[in-house]
Amino acid sequence: MVALYPLIILLPLAGAALNGLGGLRWAGLRRNESLVGLIGTACVAIPFLVLLSAFFAYPGQPVTFTLFSWIQAGGLDISFSYTLDELSLLMGLIVTGVGALIHLYSMGYMKGDPGYYKFFAYLNLFIFAMNNLILADNLLVMFLGWEGVGLCSYLLIGFWYTDMDKSEAAQKAFIVNRVGDFAMLLAMFWVYNAFGTLSFSGIEEGLRAAESGGGLAAVFGNKLTWIGALVFIAATGKSAQIPLFVWLPDAMAGPTPVSALIHAATMVTAGIYLMARMNLLFLATPEVLTVVVVVAGLTALMAALIAVTQTDIKRVLAYSTVSQLGFMFMALGAGAFTTAIFHVLTHAFFKACLFLGSGSVIHAMEHTHAVKDPQDIRTMGGLGKFMPSTSRTFWISTLAIAGIPGLSGFFSKDEILAHVFFNGYTQPLYFAVWAVGTLTAVLTAFYMTRLAWLTFNGTPRFHAEHAPHESPAIMTAPLWILGVLAAVGGYIGLPYIVGEGKFHLLNHAWLEHRITNRDLHHAMEVHHTMEYFLLALAVLISVGTVYWTVNFYRKHELAGDNKVKSFFGPLYRLMEGKFYWDELYDNALVKPFFRLGRTALQWVDTRLVDGTVNGVGMTAGGLGEFFRKMQTGLISNYVTIIGAGVVLMIAYLIFG
Amino acid sequence: MDFLQPNVASYLMVSAAMFALGVIGVMIRRNGIVVFMCLELMLNAVNLALVTFSRMHDNATGSMLVFFVMCVAAAEAVVGLSIVLALFRNKLDIDINKVNIFQW
Repeated sequence: MVALYPLIILLPLAGAALNGLGGLRWAGLRRNESLVGLIGTACVAIPFLVLLSAFFAYPGQPVTFTLFSWIQAGGLDISFSYTLDELSLLMGLIVTGVGALIHLYSMGYMKGDPGYYKFFAYLNLFIFAMNNLILADNLLVMFLGWEGVGLCSYLLIGFWYTDMDKSEAAQKAFIVNRVGDFAMLLAMFWVYNAFGTLSFSGIEEGLRAAESGGGLAAVFGNKLTWIGALVFIAATGKSAQIPLFVWLPDAMAGPTPVSALIHAATMVTAGIYLMARMNLLFLATPEVLTVVVVVAGLTALMAALIAVTQTDIKRVLAYSTVSQLGFMFMALGAGAFTTAIFHVLTHAFFKACLFLGSGSVIHAMEHTHAVKDPQDIRTMGGLGKFMPSTSRTFWISTLAIAGIPGLSGFFSKDEILAHVFFNGYTQPLYFAVWAVGTLTAVLTAFYMTRLAWLTFNGTPRFHAEHAPHESPAIMTAPLWILGVLAAVGGYIGLPYIVGEGKFHLLNHAWLEHRITNRDLHHAMEVHHTMEYFLLALAVLISVGTVYWTVNFYRKHELAGDNKVKSFFGPLYRLMEGKFYWDELYDNALVKPFFRLGRTALQWVDTRLVDGTVNGVGMTAGGLGEFFRKMQTGLISNYVTIIGAGVVLMIAYLIFG
Repeated sequence: MDFLQPNVASYLMVSAAMFALGVIGVMIRRNGIVVFMCLELMLNAVNLALVTFSRMHDNATGSMLVFFVMCVAAAEAVVGLSIVLALFRNKLDIDINKVNIFQW
């Protein structure tokens, strides 16, 4: 079996090469959409099956396999080597599993697109990069994947690159991500400086050795804080937190399966994965974790507030993603790394399902030819009776993300809020973050219910010549699989209080072998009853908010938005303007840079650079002008000069 | 009348004079054929010097070299006179100061 493991990495790459280069070369392959789609899907589904078998055959100790040695320089030895352990197996299953479903869906969604083969090549390349990112056993190979997913994200956001807006969104995503990537590079330099290695196991050993030896502070000084802070900045770029989240909402310019795969389920969780992977380091730097939890709380709340005001179906989901990523970072900030991964898992299910559902809706709305913008929920309504599968799965996922008890989102979100809360007993700041998180949970339930209700229920607000229709089975099948997973996915991580942790499978039986969480047992034992209170509160919030919202919009339909507007008052303008982050960056960074560029063009380039270059040319020209006068063309002159030269040479030989 | 007796120095003086005449001719004359004749004069001045030294050292190498120079001179005359002829056909003139057409 171990011999098959390299397929996990290599098959997606092979698929990308086959579809991309082959499609470029052979028009026959390019036109054969079902073959291209089949290759693309198989190259993700087979790695999923291999990972699944690796999961069941897991020996309890990390399995490492090496493809080849990459860099050997002095003490630095880096190989393309990959580790399958509890964390990477779980992440790999999420990425390839959800990825394969989305590939399947794309076969229907992208039908007839002239760039069909290109789309699948990019998707496979993305899976290759993502597998590199999560399976790598050292930071450099991980960084290769880190950059790779950024590249694929750029290519796929700008997939319809003839549209200037989409092309610009792609550039924005790439440039904002570069800021985070730069921090990642710096973090790697610091890691090498502090540990003398880039491998994750080496870092872990270094930390354990220092802890049992002279103590962390004595061995590393403040290096760990720097590494932690830089890794966090890198994570804010990939995983869309304040201040680098601005690219994610714009990334919705890409085709909808891309939004589902990259900008909701997998790539954006890279930062969370990385921080969970480096759990020991973050536990050693509690000050960084405090910053993380505050930033996460602010991000979650802000994105949820913006989502309330949005009318574009994909934009609501995009801001909801930012908000949910904020929840995951809250868990990281609370030192509950396994819980963050749990939310990554459940979020991957319901958010992928939501995005794919929105894609299905967009297709249906395009088909009606009755609306200007097929993504605007103000011109939807009542779609449920036309597209039952999409509507049902969308509602299941909406209820899951809202945290209705029994569905997956409830378990993970409740666990996050509980961990943040129990941190509060040692650091009261966490209580404030918990309050923000709870408020965000209310908002989440509200805006998601609003979105689903305005889309699928009520009376249609469009006048269709052609009635919208349900998508083909190739698109609804992934929806149903994801919908079911969104419903039941939470049962692998039941709350600790159910059977005293006996059913706390994901954490106790699995992830905690590899990941160390912040020890909260003391607080949890002392304030045992609080856990019941938190659970009850979560149930109350989600059920109450969803019930209220459904009634609210049933009564007012679209006019409900006006009531929401008057409820928030002046704050609403701020929310509608997305808290003016884009304008802030535009005025603080983009415009000054352009101005600087123009000044540089005017002065530095035209005067200094051009002046130097032209000056050199003109000097040579002038000298030539002068010296060419010597070429008289009269033979007698040349002979005279030659003669004089000979005389001088002889004189030198005789007298010199 | 000892100084009238031919000796090495006098041969060399004649050679040097011929060479100088040749150089001056090339420098100041404009008629292509005359310039050409001056070149031949210089070559023959060299030949005279070579023969002189050959006899002086009783060594045949110098005399032999003279034949090479003669060969070169003959070949040169062929090429040179053809050039002059071509020049004349084109310009109806063999004034070498009028062929500075490749000058700037």
